[in-house]
Amino acid sequence: MNNIGSYEERYKTFNWKQSEEELEYGKNGMYNIGYYCSDRICEKGDGNKLALIWEGFTGEVKKYTYDDIRVYSNTIAKFLQDVGIGIGDRVCLFMDKVPELYLSFIGILKMGGIAQPLFSAFGEDALYTRLDDAQTKAIMIQKKHLHKVRKIKSKLPNLTKIIIIDADDSQPQVNEIHFWMEKAQKVDKFDIVKVGPEVPSVIHYTSGTTGKPKGAQHVHSSIIAQYITSKWVLDLQPEDIYWCTADPGWVTGTSYGIIGPWANGVTQIVLDAGFGTEKWYAFVQKYKVTMWYSAPTAIRLLMKEGFDVVKKYDLSSLRHLASVGEPLNAEAVIWSDKAFGKPFYDTYWQTETGAMVITNFPGMKIKPGSMGKPFPGIAATILNTKTYEPITTPGIVGLIGLKPGWPSMMRTYWNNRETYDGKFKNGWYVCGDRASIDNEGYFWFVGRDDDVINTAGHLVGPFEIESALLEHKAVAESAAVGKPDPVNMEVVKAFIALKPGFEQSDDMELDIMNFIRKRLSPLAMPQEIEFVPSLPKTRSGKIMRRLLRAKEWGEEIGDTSTLEND
Amino acid sequence: MSEDVKKMIIDYVKKEYLEEDSGVDVNENTKLISSGIVDSFSMVSLKMFLEKKFQVKIPDDKATPEAFDSVNNIIKLLNDFTKT
Repeated sequence: MNNIGSYEERYKTFNWKQSEEELEYGKNGMYNIGYYCSDRICEKGDGNKLALIWEGFTGEVKKYTYDDIRVYSNTIAKFLQDVGIGIGDRVCLFMDKVPELYLSFIGILKMGGIAQPLFSAFGEDALYTRLDDAQTKAIMIQKKHLHKVRKIKSKLPNLTKIIIIDADDSQPQVNEIHFWMEKAQKVDKFDIVKVGPEVPSVIHYTSGTTGKPKGAQHVHSSIIAQYITSKWVLDLQPEDIYWCTADPGWVTGTSYGIIGPWANGVTQIVLDAGFGTEKWYAFVQKYKVTMWYSAPTAIRLLMKEGFDVVKKYDLSSLRHLASVGEPLNAEAVIWSDKAFGKPFYDTYWQTETGAMVITNFPGMKIKPGSMGKPFPGIAATILNTKTYEPITTPGIVGLIGLKPGWPSMMRTYWNNRETYDGKFKNGWYVCGDRASIDNEGYFWFVGRDDDVINTAGHLVGPFEIESALLEHKAVAESAAVGKPDPVNMEVVKAFIALKPGFEQSDDMELDIMNFIRKRLSPLAMPQEIEFVPSLPKTRSGKIMRRLLRAKEWGEEIGDTSTLEND
Repeated sequence: MSEDVKKMIIDYVKKEYLEEDSGVDVNENTKLISSGIVDSFSMVSLKMFLEKKFQVKIPDDKATPEAFDSVNNIIKLLNDFTKT
C-alpha cells in the first residue's frame, strides 16, 4: 500500500496542517529544520537506525546513524559558533558529495546560519558571482577546490572564514581554518537555535535570461512541504533504502537529498562518483535500493546502454522510481517499465518552489510524457500569456501558474526583491514554463518561456555565458542558446564573432570551450561553437538570441521586423 | 599506441582538468570519469581534443563514460577507430 492512498481524496481534503501535525512542527517552539532531520528522529527511538550510507569512487564506505547525524551536526554547529558565525550569516558549502556536506548542512541550520550550497564543479567566476551576491561570510570547502577561492578571495571582503574540511599539514593562509569533523571533540548536547518558521534557511542560486544568477531564499517551514511530498510522491517508507542521485549543490539534492528523507527517518545512500551505467546498477544491487530518485539525463544514458546490461544485475529490490530535472520523455517512461518492471514517475518543480508542485503519484495512472497533476494543497493552472487569466479549455498552451502560499515557496530572491515581485502576475506565481492541461487534468510540458537553457536538468543563464565569453581574448561578440540534445534535453551552443586578427580553427574552438568550463562550469561549456561574421541584432543593437535559438530548434523565426539592416 | 601517445593524453588531462597544486597523480589507470576528474559534460572537450590530435572520428555512441574512464580505455578506443 502506498502512502498517499487515493490522490483524488487527498486533493479534496488536504490541508498543510496535516503535515505539520505529523511532524509535530513547532512543538516547544522548535521550527529548525536541523532538529527535525536529526534530533527528532533520535527522540522517536531511531537513533541507531542508519541515516546515511556513503560510498566514494574508490569503493570506500562510511555509515552514519541518526545519532551520528545528530552529534556530528552538533559538532559542526558548535564549531561554526566558536569561529564567529552568527544567526543569519551565509555559509557556503562547496564540496563534492562527501559526508561532511550533508552533516554540515544540518549543522549550519542548527546554529541559525543560512546554508548556501553550490555545485563544486563551478569555476571561479561562477563561484565569485554567487558569493559576492550573498555576501557570504564563510565557505566550507575541500582542499581540492581551494584554489578557486584563493583566486577570488581578495575581491570578497565579507568572506572571512575559509574552512577546509580535509586539510593536510600545510600552513593555512589568511582567513583559512582547518577543521576535521571526525577528529573534532564531539558535541553531544547543543542548544539548537530556536528560529521562527519564517527565518531564512537555505539559498539556492538559479539562472535567469538576463542579469546575474538569483538566490532563491527559502525558510525553515519549507520542511512542511518537503516532508509530505517525500512521503506521498517518493512514497518513502520506514524500511526503504533511498537513493537520490542529485548533488546538494542544486535544490533537489537538499530538498530531497537531505531534508525530505531525513525528516521521514529513512536510510539514504550516496554515491560520490561520476556516472557509469554498470557502476549505478551495481550500486542498486549492492545496497538493495528500494526507492530511486534520478534525472531524465541519467535515465536516457541508461537507455542508451540497452536491456542486456540491466539483466546482468539483480535490481529486484527497486520498488518505486521517480525523476526530476527536465521533462521525462514518454520513451524513457516506457523503457523503464520494460527494464525495471516499473516506470519512472516524473515530478515537476523548481528551485523557487522548494518542493514538488505537479507530479505523478504512486497508484495514479501514468500518461507517459505527462508531468502529472498538482500536489494536494497546490492550486495550479495554465495562464494566458498576455492576460494571465487561467485558460479553461483543455489542450491550449499557456504559462504554468501556481497560487502562492505553499510552505516551501521561496520568500524572495536574495538582494533582488524587484525580480521576485516580477514573478507574480494577476495573483499567480508564474513559473516561466509553458504547458497545457488535458481533459483529465494532466499537465503536459511544452518548453521554457524564456532563453534559459535547461541542460541535464540544470538551468544555465545565457547572459552569464556570454559575459564570460567576452572575457576571452579572441571573442568580439557572442550569443549562447540551447540546442536540442537527445540525452541532456538541451546543451549550450555559442555563436561567436571573433575580433580582427583572430581566425577560427579547431584549436580556437577547444580553447574557448575550456575557457568557459574553467571560468563557469562544465554545464555552461558550449558543446558546440559556430563562428559567424556577426550576430543578428535589433536596430537598437540587442542581439536577437531568439532567432538563433529558433534556427537550432527548426522553429519559425517569427517577427523579424526589428532586425537590424545589414 | 606508443608511450608518447599515453604521455600526451595524461599531460592534457593534467593541464586542462587538474590544478597544478591538486596533488592528484594521473597514470594510465587513473579513473577519470568515475573519480570526477573529468565529468560527463567535459568529456565533449576531451573527445574533441582526441579527435583533433589523432585525426580520428569517435562516434557519439562509443563515447561513453566507461570508454573515457582511464587513459588506457581511451587508447583502446583510439585503437578501435584508427584501425578502420
